[in-house]
Amino acid sequence: MAVHTSGQSVAKAAEPGRARGRRRDTAGAPGKLRRALSTHWYAWTMVAPVVIVIGVIIGYPLVRGVYLSLTNADERNVERSIGVNHLPATYEFVGLDNYADALTGSQFLDTLGWTLVWTVSCVAVTFGLGLTLANILNRRIAGRSFYRMMLILPWAVPGFVSVFAWRFLYNEDNGLLNKLLAGGGIDAVPWLNDPTWAKFSVIAVNVWLGVPFMMVALLGGLQSIPGELYEAAEMDGANAWQRFRNITMPGLRSVSTTVVLLSTIWTFNMFPVIFLLTRGGPGEATQILVTQAYKFSFEISPRDFAQSSTWGVLILVLLMVFAAVYQRVLRKQGETW
Amino acid sequence: MRRGIAATALVASLALTATACGGDDAESGKSASGKLSGTVTWWDTSTVGSEDKVFKKLAEGFTKLHPDVKINYVNVPFGEAQNKFKNAAQSGSGAPDVIRSEVAWTPEFADLGYLAPLDDTSALKEDKDFLPQAAASTKYNDKTYAVPQVIDSMGIFYNKKIFQEAGVQPPSSIAELKTVSKKIKDKTGKTGLYLRGDDAYWFLSFLYGEGGNLVDAEKKQITVDNPAGVKAMKVVKDLVDSGAAKTDATDGWNNMQTAFKEGKVAMMINGPWAVTDTYGGKEFKDKANLGIVPVPAGSDGQGAPQGGHNLAVYAGSKNLEASYAFVEYMTSVESQTTVAKELSLLPTRTSVYDKPTVSGNEMVAFFKPVVDKAVERPWIPEGGSLFAPLVTEYTKVLTGQTTPEKGAEATGDAYRKLLKDWK
Repeated sequence: MAVHTSGQSVAKAAEPGRARGRRRDTAGAPGKLRRALSTHWYAWTMVAPVVIVIGVIIGYPLVRGVYLSLTNADERNVERSIGVNHLPATYEFVGLDNYADALTGSQFLDTLGWTLVWTVSCVAVTFGLGLTLANILNRRIAGRSFYRMMLILPWAVPGFVSVFAWRFLYNEDNGLLNKLLAGGGIDAVPWLNDPTWAKFSVIAVNVWLGVPFMMVALLGGLQSIPGELYEAAEMDGANAWQRFRNITMPGLRSVSTTVVLLSTIWTFNMFPVIFLLTRGGPGEATQILVTQAYKFSFEISPRDFAQSSTWGVLILVLLMVFAAVYQRVLRKQGETW
Repeated sequence: MRRGIAATALVASLALTATACGGDDAESGKSASGKLSGTVTWWDTSTVGSEDKVFKKLAEGFTKLHPDVKINYVNVPFGEAQNKFKNAAQSGSGAPDVIRSEVAWTPEFADLGYLAPLDDTSALKEDKDFLPQAAASTKYNDKTYAVPQVIDSMGIFYNKKIFQEAGVQPPSSIAELKTVSKKIKDKTGKTGLYLRGDDAYWFLSFLYGEGGNLVDAEKKQITVDNPAGVKAMKVVKDLVDSGAAKTDATDGWNNMQTAFKEGKVAMMINGPWAVTDTYGGKEFKDKANLGIVPVPAGSDGQGAPQGGHNLAVYAGSKNLEASYAFVEYMTSVESQTTVAKELSLLPTRTSVYDKPTVSGNEMVAFFKPVVDKAVERPWIPEGGSLFAPLVTEYTKVLTGQTTPEKGAEATGDAYRKLLKDWK
């Protein structure tokens, strides 16, 4: 999450300088660049540290990842220094072979299919629940702040702690969930051992983790809708559903488009939930693209760096395409962000 | 009192080794004083809470011999050690000086250039004393890269009390296993066998039992998907489907140990490394309640995999001489005797088996003949890589996501990608 926020703010910060620079360039004469630099030296200096840091921590790995995806690099042929021995790199450039393999084989497409199901269902359920809870908590009910606190709690607990707690709850023999069900006379559910139940389980945990963020964001959105609108609508005889449909939803639009976009990107790459809960299992049933890319790079041997980077680049491309399409759709509806 | 005597004996024998070491050092003309110094970091992978205490104490005993050497004992969980070591070794920082390397990892690490060759170093003294099958995994490209620490194999652990209640005898074949499980279920309501579904190592006994194997290293052939391999997949699937065995796709080790220690299942397949942990369970407060018999035979006979651990030295260690000496110490007759006595783990030196404390140990006495007959695994660099594709398909078969035929086929395909020129 931290990475996304910082990336965002940096992108914003870098925007003015870059846009201006480009405009000057296209204007033509080479002398103008110098003039631009002399006029805006202050802006450039301010932006420089950020640009350099971003270049080092995001740019370099990105370029390196793209490069590796065009080679056949694996654990055996990359450069290594072991004590006094230094083994030079011996991998070769293979062009787009890795991409062809990924896109024509069934593994990438199967994993992509489940990743999409996972993302869409997580975001839809999280948004629905978050919206409901936000609406409930926006009313004047007794103990409102207590409920708000309780509902934000999952967000405050470190992700891996929650996931491990859930793993105990899901345990087929000794887990609390099955003990409760047994009390009700229901047979033990193989939460993490059956492919379908495992899919259900990982989605449930992710929803549990994601609802607080949705709720807080939407609650903020709800509070920014002026109360007079509701009063006026009530005067005109609009019922609850009509008020929700015509005041709440449009009023929330700018908040909800942002949170849906963010949570789609986060869920698409939600590594810890899947990895810590099921490790992508049983079999490969809950493996999403990022956990599979990790597996190529760290779990199989010899580690396949080339294939892992290929998947990484494809993930990046998919998300960029999604963001572009999403923005275009919103722009058509008159939203800008 | 007895412990006191043992400790004295240990110190005395260590002192003897110490003088021997000192002499060698002087000959090789290392430092003027011939004394080893520095820090040796050792990554141990033994079970936390039972085995690790003994190993830690043993490792720290090294300083009695070489007072200037500090031993930095680190226990790395077995499941993470391979990856952690590879990360550290590749980047060239953070790797330990000595690692307890599982037998299949050893040729892989050696192939990647991470291990120091041990031939003609102080680590490999009296190498003729080692069991040949234990020494096999330490050799790669005609060099020796590790020293065998313990050797093991698998058998059926069973709960004698439950067996008595159900009035059954330990099974010796898969067919018997099924009838025994059924009787246990009928009489006591408990499940017969716990079968790990998240680790392919537990599948090997069934595969060997049907006459199959992962690969045939001599003929450079992939055999996991031949008819025997498919049949083995069918056998395990049938055990689970028929209710004779229960399984888990996640957390298998913990679930298995808990279920067995609490008497919820009557049998499990396991190795000597689980003995000490099992004795910690409430069902086995009375150690006599734990029975062990060989793994059930398949249609082609009985077969359990040969496993174990070696001690290997990281090629980039800053303190090679001290590391060699540490490996020698940890695999010495005295150390192996202590480990066998206290943890029921099997020594890798033939001479250790002659000691009465070792040969008198019930678990060692049981496992030694099993180890002698155990199926040796292919000691190729890819040996450790063979498990990842297999476990994926094996779990898929057990959870009904694929058929035994397709599971075996997919595993074979993955192996062909891994072992390029093989058939």
